[in-house]
Amino acid sequence: MQPNSEMNQFLRNKRLSTVIGIAVIFVLYFVAAFVTNFKMNVAVMSFPKAANWIAKYMIPDAQAIERLPRIIEKLTETILVSVAATTIAAVFAFIASIFGSASTKLPKFVNTIVRVIAAFFRNVPDVVWAMILMFSFGQNLLTGFFALFFSTFGMLTRRFIETIDETSKESIEALTACGASFPMIVFQGILPSSISGIITWILYMIETNIRSSTLIGMLTATGIGNLFNIYYNRMQFGSASLIIVLICVIVILIDNLSTIIRRAIN
Amino acid sequence: MEKNIFGKIKTEAHSKASTYLKILVVFLAVLTVYQMVTMDTGNKDFFTATSDTLRNINTVFLSPMLRRDTLGGIINVLMVTLCIAVLSTIFGAIFALICALLCADNLANKKVAAVVKAIVAVVRAIPTVLWVLIFAVSAGLGATAAVVGLTFHSFAYLVKAYSEAIEEDDKGKIEALRASGAGFMALVTQAIFPSCIRMLVAWTFMRFEINFTNAVAMGAAAGAGGIGYNLYMAGNMYFDLREMGFLTYVVLIMVIILEQISTRFKESVK
Amino acid sequence: MPILEFKNVSKLYDGKTKAIDDLNFKIEEGEFVSIIGPSGAGKSTLLRCINRLVDASVGEIVFDGIEVVQAKGSQLREVRTKSGMIFQHYNLVDRSSVFENVLHGTLGRKGVLAGMLGLYTEEEKLRALEIIEELGLSDQTYKRCDELSGGQKQRVGIARAIMQDPRLLLCDEPIASLDPKSSKVIMDRLYNINKNRRITCIVNLHQVEVARQYSERILGVSDGKIVFDCKPEELTQDIINTIYKSQSDELIMDLSEVGNAA
Repeated sequence: MQPNSEMNQFLRNKRLSTVIGIAVIFVLYFVAAFVTNFKMNVAVMSFPKAANWIAKYMIPDAQAIERLPRIIEKLTETILVSVAATTIAAVFAFIASIFGSASTKLPKFVNTIVRVIAAFFRNVPDVVWAMILMFSFGQNLLTGFFALFFSTFGMLTRRFIETIDETSKESIEALTACGASFPMIVFQGILPSSISGIITWILYMIETNIRSSTLIGMLTATGIGNLFNIYYNRMQFGSASLIIVLICVIVILIDNLSTIIRRAIN
Repeated sequence: MEKNIFGKIKTEAHSKASTYLKILVVFLAVLTVYQMVTMDTGNKDFFTATSDTLRNINTVFLSPMLRRDTLGGIINVLMVTLCIAVLSTIFGAIFALICALLCADNLANKKVAAVVKAIVAVVRAIPTVLWVLIFAVSAGLGATAAVVGLTFHSFAYLVKAYSEAIEEDDKGKIEALRASGAGFMALVTQAIFPSCIRMLVAWTFMRFEINFTNAVAMGAAAGAGGIGYNLYMAGNMYFDLREMGFLTYVVLIMVIILEQISTRFKESVK
Repeated sequence: MPILEFKNVSKLYDGKTKAIDDLNFKIEEGEFVSIIGPSGAGKSTLLRCINRLVDASVGEIVFDGIEVVQAKGSQLREVRTKSGMIFQHYNLVDRSSVFENVLHGTLGRKGVLAGMLGLYTEEEKLRALEIIEELGLSDQTYKRCDELSGGQKQRVGIARAIMQDPRLLLCDEPIASLDPKSSKVIMDRLYNINKNRRITCIVNLHQVEVARQYSERILGVSDGKIVFDCKPEELTQDIINTIYKSQSDELIMDLSEVGNAA
């Protein structure tokens, strides 16, 4: 076969897979649009409408400025709950991940049990935690705290296991060979080698939790999410927009701050 | 040899990083303790509430039962949620691909890249539920608003993932092709797509998995339809824990299947 | 009495693949023994069976009067404390200081709480400083280990092992990640430790010339079996060819040509 025709064959195959790929995306789109009753025209038109509407109503007004202290109070509360839920979940997740990581050479079934528990906590929707807790704890911050805590615990356990597997295998081996016992290996080997990875994930989860606590707040009638819901339902969009702006600013700030912190502690 | 404040020989490294790390840990611990001590816990007795929670958890997870909906109905709403995730992933991916090409370090004009990155940062910082609610005003509550709202975060997430994939994949070949006079489109279709398309697909699938979870939440919090809405109704309207349990398991099984697929996918690309 | 004895030791992975196959040998106190063989021959598994980083499947290993394979709890810790290990990738705790890493050598003899919190006695610290100085690392004492070069890291690894006050040093490819100059420094250190402190050394190597130059006895391992056991001068090209099956050219590295840079 001549190199030229081989080349043509190659290009033809490539073109074929491109065509198939695009066709699959189209089919997926039409099926999904049919099932969900999604309307492309409505979606497209919603953009200019939303822009228009944002320009008209989503401007913090005098009433919103008056409410600023209350908004800031709720926002601080939300941030603090996110921090507390993440930090406490991180402590539990670290302990769990030691038993979940294959690097610590514990029996396989222990690893599996921890991983299954973590997958459970991670994948049960926040919504479900929020509702279960609200029945018994009522509409207060503790409910939001626990809802964040459960899903954060599941998520961080998974991430910490990955971090330990990536960073600590060698120090675990070395300290084992020194005759160190298990708790010594954890504190002198695993913790120092994985700490910067762990902190990175904690910072990331704090930021994520601030965002998801808005949603959990709406469901549990607490914190900034609830305040937003109240203003939104009363159509006081000036105040609602001030909340959006402030959340946006805070999250960007924390995002940048964590980049700086990550660099500083490495 | 150096002594510490107790007059003993110091063993720790001279490292600013360790000092910063300690400060950070203490700071987080103080914030946490402060919050836990001052938190408004309502007038609920902690122990009664905890035992109630345990009982509820027990009911939800150990005796799930379908009572209000039919199995067919549940499968139907599950499909709706999946399809909301599919649509928002497709739209997010298309916009993200364009923007990723505009802001990958090795391709982009610096000014354009800075603008794109700033937009992405803002889009990402606003919670998904707020995007959905903003669009619910103009598109009406429902699947369309949910898709549009979810598209925003998919877009922001994928721009970052795609541009990093393109940057990692480069290794000088873009430079080389550019030197040979290739135009931007040729560069993209000949150099970039062929080698990192699998990576891009893997990231897209990972986002799809996240979108599914988010679509469930949007159904519950923003009335966007799908299985999330049924969950919300079972819990908040009918107080039917056993129905909630059944729906939770349906979601759980779906998410675990998606998680498995995307983990396999990611490993096959590595 | 030999310090170490292997009796019919085998290790099976997944119940079938034999990493080491029915090994029998004795090592006398104070010997400097090299184990050579291609990668995947089972050298690393052999070494790790001695301090139980890997559990042997069958057989008996006696180290300093202790039955290693059956050892549990404090007896196992004793085995590990009495045998220092040096790794190809140094296996240091990167974020901790050189000082702390060397002090890790005392963990085998410490109580749980003191060991967990890294509370060392002044005596231990002074001894660690002595060893650090002996290995020429004084200027690095308070540096984090990720700031060091490969050769320096390996010297920290040696210091940590000596800190254990071991009777046996297990060196798993100690120079495989190093340049020739640092390799020579490390091999010289091991040689001196063996001669001055009378610590028995078992060194896994894949560079035949290095083994010939430093050791008193060479074990050749291929496919999990010991294929020869002889003095370095008895090692002929024929024997080398049989174990490396014609890949020996790539593996020649002669440290006698490297100047005394240490």
